[in-house]
Amino acid sequence: MGVVHIRTPLEEETVLSLRAGDRVLLSGTVYAARDAAHKRMCEMLERGEPLPIPLQGQVIYYVGPSPAAPGQVIGAAGPTTSSRMDKYTPALLALGLKGMIGKGYRADEVVQAIARHKAVYFAATGGAGALLASRIRKNEMVAFEDLGPEAIRRLEVEEFPMIVINDAYGNDYYRQVAGGAN
Amino acid sequence: MREIRYETVVDAVAEMCKAANYELGEDVITAFRKALRAERSVTAKDVLDQLVRNAELAAELRMPTCQDTGVAVFFVELGADCRVVGGLLQDAICEGVRKGYGEGLLRASMVGHPLKRVNTGDNTPAIIHLELVEGDRLTLHMSAKGGGSENMSALRMLKPADGWEGVKAFVLDTVRKAGPNACPPLVVGVGIGGNFEKCAILAKHSLFRPIGERHPDPEIAALETELLEEINRLGIGPQGLGGDTTALDVKVELHPCHIAALPVAVNLNCHASRHRTVVL
Repeated sequence: MGVVHIRTPLEEETVLSLRAGDRVLLSGTVYAARDAAHKRMCEMLERGEPLPIPLQGQVIYYVGPSPAAPGQVIGAAGPTTSSRMDKYTPALLALGLKGMIGKGYRADEVVQAIARHKAVYFAATGGAGALLASRIRKNEMVAFEDLGPEAIRRLEVEEFPMIVINDAYGNDYYRQVAGGAN
Repeated sequence: MREIRYETVVDAVAEMCKAANYELGEDVITAFRKALRAERSVTAKDVLDQLVRNAELAAELRMPTCQDTGVAVFFVELGADCRVVGGLLQDAICEGVRKGYGEGLLRASMVGHPLKRVNTGDNTPAIIHLELVEGDRLTLHMSAKGGGSENMSALRMLKPADGWEGVKAFVLDTVRKAGPNACPPLVVGVGIGGNFEKCAILAKHSLFRPIGERHPDPEIAALETELLEEINRLGIGPQGLGGDTTALDVKVELHPCHIAALPVAVNLNCHASRHRTVVL
């Protein structure tokens, strides 16, 4: 099974080359944001305010890391369950978000929005928090520091291991597996 | 009456919180290795290999194995011939959680109000189940229970006529619906009987038994084995990416119940099955 190396920001050509089930190593900038940060960003959009992070071609990682020890870049930093962000996701995809990293199923409307906006949803291994943290090189606070583990952070990742779940063609790897395609 | 100092409880709890999060139990690691040998799927083997390496790295770095360091859940057995002096037992447990999660750089994952949702900042309050037992010892069983698997857990009041087949169908349906969300390979805790709240507590309690250990009652042990085999035939596999290992183990506990009732609770635990016990 081959592994594809990709970089952020995600070009359309890169997104279109990925298929559900592909194993991927991602390098570059990703933004850490989960439940409370998504709620706030969508409230800002409703009020017509600018978001604290760029979205065009960017990747959001659904993670709430544990605190970093002195000398460490970050604490444990594995993915959280993505479906809790489903409510907010189509609006962010419409603004140019190209990739999301999490774990677990997405709602049908999100799977369709991913295909419509030519984006991609990746899963990383849930519970492998220490191993995934070792692929994170930089960690900067960007916004909503008061949210603690739910603040938005800019992370630099290097060869971050993931698998494509939902591709730009409407495929869903979890469903393929459940249907015996694996 | 034997006396146990408040601070003794605080320090013991703090150490349990850290140890549970930094080091997976030997039972969990053994189950990973056993699954690695048995798995036929390449993807499943890759995920299990990551989990073994993750556990080794976390122990080496003294970093939590998972960023979701969980809700601190305690089953406490308080001997009738001992008491805590210098403060209340539940306050000592919460102070220990505050200390352990703070010193140990474990994530604060509790909000103080389920609708207003402001983080309490120290992972308190703990959830405490207290039982009075014989003797002069205080036994604390602690779990750092992850949120993803808790969210996919379920409780149903079945009809007595549904019987074992109904229970089995409900357990399989819960695991199937959870799919990748609950971070398989799972440990599945099943509480059957009691009433609405009792079956949920039985299911949670069952998760504290070591992985690989069958129930001492051979009839219940047979139910566990049957469920484990059927769950692993679902093909969900590690992280829902397909494979033979959807669950590492299944635990069942039974309790008497009302003539009209057959309550069943299914409490899912992710592969980060983090439990510790201390006897004071």
